Amino acid sequence: MIRKLMKGNIALCEGAITAGLKSYFGYPITPQNEITSYLSRKMVNLKRVFVQAESEIAAANMVLGAAATGSRSMTSSSSPGISLKQEAISYMAGMQVPALIVNVQRGGPGLGNISGSQSDYFQAVKGGGHGDYKIIVLAPNSSQEMYETSYDAFDIAEKYRTPVMILTDGIIGQMMEPVEFNRVEKKYLPEKEWFLNGCKSRNPRSIKSLFMEDGALEKHNIKLQEKYKLISENEVKYELYMTEDAETIIIAYGISSRIAKSAVKLARKQGIKAGLLRPKTLCPFPSKIINSLAKINVKFLSVELSHGQMIEDIKLAVNGTSKVEFLGKAGGGIVTEWEILNKLQN
Amino acid sequence: MKKILSKPESLKDAVLSYCPGCGHGVVHRLIAECIDELEIREKTIAVAPVGCAVFAYDYFNFDVTESPHGRPPAVATGIKRTNPDKFVFTYQGDGDIAAIGMAEVIHAANRGENITIIFVNNANYGMTGGQMAPTTLIGQITETTPFGRDPKREGYPIKLCELLSTLEGTTYLERVSIHSPGNIIKSKKAVKKAFQCQIDRKGFSLVEILSNCPVDWGMTPIESIKWIEEKFIKSFPLGIVKDKI
Repeated sequence: MIRKLMKGNIALCEGAITAGLKSYFGYPITPQNEITSYLSRKMVNLKRVFVQAESEIAAANMVLGAAATGSRSMTSSSSPGISLKQEAISYMAGMQVPALIVNVQRGGPGLGNISGSQSDYFQAVKGGGHGDYKIIVLAPNSSQEMYETSYDAFDIAEKYRTPVMILTDGIIGQMMEPVEFNRVEKKYLPEKEWFLNGCKSRNPRSIKSLFMEDGALEKHNIKLQEKYKLISENEVKYELYMTEDAETIIIAYGISSRIAKSAVKLARKQGIKAGLLRPKTLCPFPSKIINSLAKINVKFLSVELSHGQMIEDIKLAVNGTSKVEFLGKAGGGIVTEWEILNKLQN
Repeated sequence: MKKILSKPESLKDAVLSYCPGCGHGVVHRLIAECIDELEIREKTIAVAPVGCAVFAYDYFNFDVTESPHGRPPAVATGIKRTNPDKFVFTYQGDGDIAAIGMAEVIHAANRGENITIIFVNNANYGMTGGQMAPTTLIGQITETTPFGRDPKREGYPIKLCELLSTLEGTTYLERVSIHSPGNIIKSKKAVKKAFQCQIDRKGFSLVEILSNCPVDWGMTPIESIKWIEEKFIKSFPLGIVKDKI
């Protein structure tokens, strides 16, 4: 199997291409510029579609159009740009158009800065745009997982006819690590019943989120909610590390989970019973496992590059059984393993 | 008895939701007739706007997708780039294309996207009750210009065809009107030419159709037709603005 040293952002591109990405629409923003730059060469060489759009808004709507025809399409950006894409994401959720949106998070709010951050958790997992919807949010924590997650994202998007977001950060995106190309190239995609390709030998189709007839939108919303329920039953993914006898379980995703794992190792050397639960899917959130790990003598520690967003979902999952504490920094600051260790010692 | 006129196959047998006397029905029919005559119904993917024509997918008898407000040229870009053999057109109003969607149309035009835009200009936001549009005439009274459009406050009517004509990426731009049978025939010719431009892979085409909005203009249908003739056309002269075909 081929192994190559590459940045997370590039590994993500390779995963998407191997999964049959037919079109990419992007707009420059740091720290995701490797994606637009790499795909501007690669997609053209592969005779696939690359367009540098006039805005994040346009890029997301180009994805909407391409994906409405049943082809695999994606866009990527970083925090301020993702805010602009929320319009199209809400439409795609309502229209049930599967597509991939990548957020290589940077510091916020506003223009913020270009350092890695995890401040867009709320925006990603609570809907983000207008209306009662959710999207699937995946959180890789290495170059290898950037490759595998973008490959798998299209299957899951199409299975449920929903937009999928990869919520990563500037550090995972920029970090170079070896990647094993362990996925097979997808050449043929399954036939779909809903997409637009011209009404040859069939009745015309329309894809829409507008339902004006009495009760129709209510029915549509119920259908969407049933889908989200199914997703939360079937698609939760997480990793457990030394949680069996742990008295403190750190919950962290993305880059924070890498730092947290080092902290757990340091703590164990000192005889502190620490463990790590790493959500690989943030929506659906691994609430059940967190709930089952919650006991009176077990504490949870949410480690995030934010001022405390995921901790709200942890508290809901724990439901008062255990104490939940927080350690985090936002705006470019990075929590170190020593800081986490210090917190564990106390 | 011989049937000499029937509903185009590209129109569904639906009751249109447009107000009495509105021009959208005429424009829909022209588009449907052209698609039938060019035999492209089965490879058409249309993009419906936000605005009065939001229900276009209930009226056209071919594949139609929705688009957020103003974004049809971006949505159409995504469709056409991934499906160059399909026929892709957007149907947009003046607010959709010349206010909220100005960036999308300018850049789709500048890239020379091989798509067609049918731009229905009725000088106001019809669906929301007749507010000022980018194409509202100087002095025109609307819901949000109760004292008449004053250029000092609201700027000037935007002439989209002329604006787009400066871009090298545009191939065919024409402004027509549907205020008389003769002009309806001319409008159909323009739509067909624009569609043919795309079929022949010659690039970006747009037809701006001046249309009436009697209810929101506060006029009878006949008065609204006269207003097009006497006022609207004076501000928005008819004719081919650019033809590189």
